[in-house]
Amino acid sequence: MTAAITAITMPKWGLTMTEGKVVQWLRPAGAAFAAGDELLEIETSKITNVVEAEAAGTLLRVVAAEGSTLPIGGLLAVIGPADASVAEIETFVAGFVVAESAGEAAEAAEAPAPRMLDVAGIRLRYLELGSGDAASVLLLHGFGADLNSWMFTQPALAEGRRVLALDLPGHGGSSRDVGNGDAEALGQAVEGFLTVLDAGPVHLVGHSMGGAIAASLAARRPDLVRTLTLIAPAGLGPEINTAFIDGFVRASRRKDAVEVLQMLVHDPSVVSRAMVEDVLRFKRLDGVAAALDTIARAWFAGGRQTLDLTAEMAALAMPVQVIWGCDDRIIPVAHADNLAPAVQVHVLEAAGHLPHMEKAGEVNRLIRRFIDT
Amino acid sequence: MLDQSRRGPTNEGGYVVQLNREALIQAWRVMTTIRRFEERVQDEFSKGHIPGFVHLYAGQEASAVGVCTELGPHDYIASTHRGHGHSIAKGCDVTGMMAELFGKQDGLCAGKGGSMHIADLDRGMLGANGIVGGGPPLVVGAALTAKTLGTGTVAVSFTGDGGSNQGTTFEAMNLAVVLQLPAIFIFENNGYGEYTGASYAVGSRDIAGRAAGFGLPAVKVSGDDFFAVHEAAREAVERARAGGGPSVIEVDTCRFYGHHSGDAQLYRGKDEVKGLREDRDCLKHFRRRVTEAGLLDHAELDAVEAEVAGLIERAVAMAQAADIPAPEALLTDVYVSY
Amino acid sequence: MTVKTIRQALHEALEQEMRRDPRVVVIGEDVSGGAGTGGGRDAAGGVLGVTKGLIKEFGEARVIDTPITESAIMGAAAGAAVTGLRPVAELMFSDFLGVCFDQIFNQAAKFRYMFGGKARTPLVIRTMIGAGRSAAAQHSQSPYHIFTSVPGLKVVVPSNAYDAKGLLIQAIRDDDPVVFCEHKLMYDLKTEVPDEAYVIPFGEANVVRDGDDVTVVALARMVHYAAEAAETLAAEGIECEIIDPRTTSPLDEDTILESVERTGRLVVVDEATPRCGMATDIAALVADRAFQFLKAPVRRVTAPHTPVPFAPSLEKLYIPDPERIAAAVRAVYGYGR
Repeated sequence: MTAAITAITMPKWGLTMTEGKVVQWLRPAGAAFAAGDELLEIETSKITNVVEAEAAGTLLRVVAAEGSTLPIGGLLAVIGPADASVAEIETFVAGFVVAESAGEAAEAAEAPAPRMLDVAGIRLRYLELGSGDAASVLLLHGFGADLNSWMFTQPALAEGRRVLALDLPGHGGSSRDVGNGDAEALGQAVEGFLTVLDAGPVHLVGHSMGGAIAASLAARRPDLVRTLTLIAPAGLGPEINTAFIDGFVRASRRKDAVEVLQMLVHDPSVVSRAMVEDVLRFKRLDGVAAALDTIARAWFAGGRQTLDLTAEMAALAMPVQVIWGCDDRIIPVAHADNLAPAVQVHVLEAAGHLPHMEKAGEVNRLIRRFIDT
Repeated sequence: MLDQSRRGPTNEGGYVVQLNREALIQAWRVMTTIRRFEERVQDEFSKGHIPGFVHLYAGQEASAVGVCTELGPHDYIASTHRGHGHSIAKGCDVTGMMAELFGKQDGLCAGKGGSMHIADLDRGMLGANGIVGGGPPLVVGAALTAKTLGTGTVAVSFTGDGGSNQGTTFEAMNLAVVLQLPAIFIFENNGYGEYTGASYAVGSRDIAGRAAGFGLPAVKVSGDDFFAVHEAAREAVERARAGGGPSVIEVDTCRFYGHHSGDAQLYRGKDEVKGLREDRDCLKHFRRRVTEAGLLDHAELDAVEAEVAGLIERAVAMAQAADIPAPEALLTDVYVSY
Repeated sequence: MTVKTIRQALHEALEQEMRRDPRVVVIGEDVSGGAGTGGGRDAAGGVLGVTKGLIKEFGEARVIDTPITESAIMGAAAGAAVTGLRPVAELMFSDFLGVCFDQIFNQAAKFRYMFGGKARTPLVIRTMIGAGRSAAAQHSQSPYHIFTSVPGLKVVVPSNAYDAKGLLIQAIRDDDPVVFCEHKLMYDLKTEVPDEAYVIPFGEANVVRDGDDVTVVALARMVHYAAEAAETLAAEGIECEIIDPRTTSPLDEDTILESVERTGRLVVVDEATPRCGMATDIAALVADRAFQFLKAPVRRVTAPHTPVPFAPSLEKLYIPDPERIAAAVRAVYGYGR
């Protein structure tokens, strides 16, 4: 035997997930698979996603049947070398079950919760996963989102390093005080966050508006940024889907919200009822609509992006990569065409404006590969 | 608010006339407007131009005007089904009122309310009310607003002898006393609650006396005499504005028409109304008082009557010419938003 | 975000709105309690404690105790609303609507229409509904259908603490008269509720549970019984979609119709009496607008056409329970198969 027998367990996606349902096995028992192959589809109360193989192997035994619901950490399947014996598989399963019931309580007790940090009088919410000596990762979400945006990304990057996901001002659990809402105001909060935590230099990952904030921070404070990953960033061209921006700011009912959120994705079924409900619950809070409106008017006045970072991008010294979904209906993928040849650009098939959710496995691999080198 | 100037000499009846010429002319104008309005409404109603029910105020003018002379545009009143007089006294637009009675879209309530719900919140008129006793609690509410927001305004409810017996009226007086609100309850006792005499229906036979039992000052005045009503109103309004709480004024008055237009009035004596028009006409009393005291002369009073006649004539002409409400109006203004 | 009871959520809504807008006042019997007694004010804080403590922060001028005179209270609240205050009046038990119905039905509800659009009546009437406390016939009814039938009123029936706070804040900010119905057995129900203020728009139903087999529409306490029934039925292979309308006026018709379009089967659960009620109203809506999608008759699970009995054994039979709900769902599920 070369590689060991290991378990595929129910992942934890996001803060509130406690269990998931096995919707469908995408490889049959006994099948061999390569790294990146989709193994099964899991549905939670919030979202449905696929679990991809981390490395090559064989699906030795399917433990959780289709339609079954398991708590996070629950045993889904056993994988390993093709020549593993039945006895070895049995031993592993038996051992896992025991470990599972003992560990469950401990795991539940340790489940990380977001924390609050005071940055120059503004309270910011953030979630910290993982630890290690390697440089930390900071994830910045986009307009109208929050740190839960990174529910598939943050756990995947957290092996051996600290991964921070931050709620920008006006979003999530952070203060609704956005100042004048522009990139400078929001960027100052991020800079302050890194300073207070003494976390830099970091691998900075930003999505959409968060990407523009990340890029402008990298230009202003290169000492804080080791590498820069931009996912469908703003700031690289004038076009922006104002129907989405305006619609999102205005949406207070489920129907309006569904219509708007479906613009974000390649596959509309990704927009679950729970996802819509989360967005609405956020939008209904006092001060949120005003904060988002302030930001929208600063960033997207007159139906165009007001920020142009192409010059800054050209002058960046640290490694930069850009990831974009080819079906992005919010910010056109063509904006990546303007970048210098030094920037790696990855365009993903069958993905809209949220490739880190629709193609989580691929995005996670691209980021890991990038920050590991 | 009408200007009130120096005290004049005491006249017959012992009331001190406190109003200046302008105020007196205005009082005469408003009372005359009410009288002529109601007479014309009776006429138009008989011709079938006014749908529904109308309840005419003619004969009671001194009550509405005596009280409203003391009120400003930000004070509130509420009325009964017999609401034209109070509306006019509070400054509601006569043309708009006539159009409303005719059910036209230019009406004060866009044709949606009619005579029994005629109102103008912009003039502090909380509405005529189709429910006997509906007004007093609303007035307590307006008084509560005044006290809570410190506006210095007062709220006045006009109720009849019939409404004086309603539970809502008693509750409203009690609540006004308990919360010490700037509310004034006017009880216009015209002797009849619909077709039944007040002497039968008001068990204590004394509305003011009964009200006093609720713990608020209560007086009774003659509604034949504008000045008597005005004097009592001035005192009650001053008390309310100064934070002294609610008051009651019972006004002994009479109505020249039936409970409603079309009322055969079989419950009234043979020449009763004829006698009232001779002996208890508050306009006649007013004319006599002011001319005898040398405050105004007949020519001035006649001139006002002529102007009022013209006003009513134009109001009817405009009401007749105005459009009926568009069909879409059926569905509008149920809610601010739905 | 903390876990709060419905009572705490409602209290927070009142407190935050009273801080935000000085025109918001609370008025009713014993909303503070203790007036004119030796025991001092705030002796009650409302008969089930929702308004307790408000008088300490906002004083007598904004937390107004009244005599037991519902007509005067509701009438004064209506008059205050139409002249510039934003009163939250308490009708202690919804059964008392009989005492003051004119003020709600003929006055507050109709000002705007009768006065040709000039009136704005931002009145909230908070009132208790529901059986299950042996409070008997005159203290246990759920007459939200009566208020719902009145043009000019809006009617809110929350089923949980998150909804309760957002809906009450919306009711206070709404410029129309709102009757806000609180089920007297649910005040201790807990869920996560944001600490800051938020609104939930009216006419926006909550889909409590997704399912493809049978649509179950339920109100107030019945939402929780329907959820219980749904668990039992799921084990039998029947998946219920549970819809909580949250407001009966305006009613989120689209969510109900879209659900029935998918499932073809509808059960409506309502603790109120059967004639002319919400169950009947929703059944008629669906029969009218989704007839072609129905695969079974609409079943209504309601109380019987009786007053609420006193004896606990009888009251238990009066209130629809998960068993009866499940039986109705099985019946429509099995119809025609």
